[in-house]
Amino acid sequence: MKKNVRVRYFAILREQRGLDEERVATEAATAGELYEELRKRHRFTLPADRLRVAINDDFGSWATAVRDGDALVFLPPVAGG
Amino acid sequence: MDFKLTDKPIDGAALMAGLRDTRAGACVAFEGRVRGESGGRAVTALDYEAYAPLAEKEGERILSEAREKFGVTGAVCAHRTGSLALGETAVWVAVAAGHRDAAFKACRYIIDETKARVPIWKREHYADGATEWVSCATRAGTAGGGAGGGKNAG
Repeated sequence: MKKNVRVRYFAILREQRGLDEERVATEAATAGELYEELRKRHRFTLPADRLRVAINDDFGSWATAVRDGDALVFLPPVAGG
Repeated sequence: MDFKLTDKPIDGAALMAGLRDTRAGACVAFEGRVRGESGGRAVTALDYEAYAPLAEKEGERILSEAREKFGVTGAVCAHRTGSLALGETAVWVAVAAGHRDAAFKACRYIIDETKARVPIWKREHYADGATEWVSCATRAGTAGGGAGGGKNAG
């Protein structure tokens, strides 16, 4: 069954996607599957092992189940300071 | 909120004044500024972008950890977002504690953890007109070659 999720993009992913955020209908079971789906579709250069994932404004893991209504952010390597 | 993101210039003196406490005999501050060089390339400006809800949450966690580990009386951190010129303050950390050893250690802990964990990203603008998201280079991807990329400020 398809789930509708909101994906926000920052930094290099925002530039490569050309959008700040989008609604995605997906059959991905986990956050990791969703990133792979989007990486292939939009040709993101960063592999998942360089990223972290946030779900509903807190850190999650790639194995976290994707649920209808979730808000996900794929976090490129951080570089504050 | 003791961890703040701001798109306005950081007033370090005001942050320090907020840490006045008669239990605190030591106050240590760290200021990270935009440097005009990164990995051998001339830098002309920086942009910072933050995922605000999680950056603030993770920043507050780091400050709590520092209070607990080092027993400081107060700790604050402010980080800029938006476009910064060379020499501008990008990040400010200030810590007050009973004695200097705890204050130095806590300050170092907060800036190191902030750089490693808080979802803030930096794009460098170079003198040759190119731009690059720091630490986001891949062999298949953007210019700059291998992983890691340059570093700037804090």
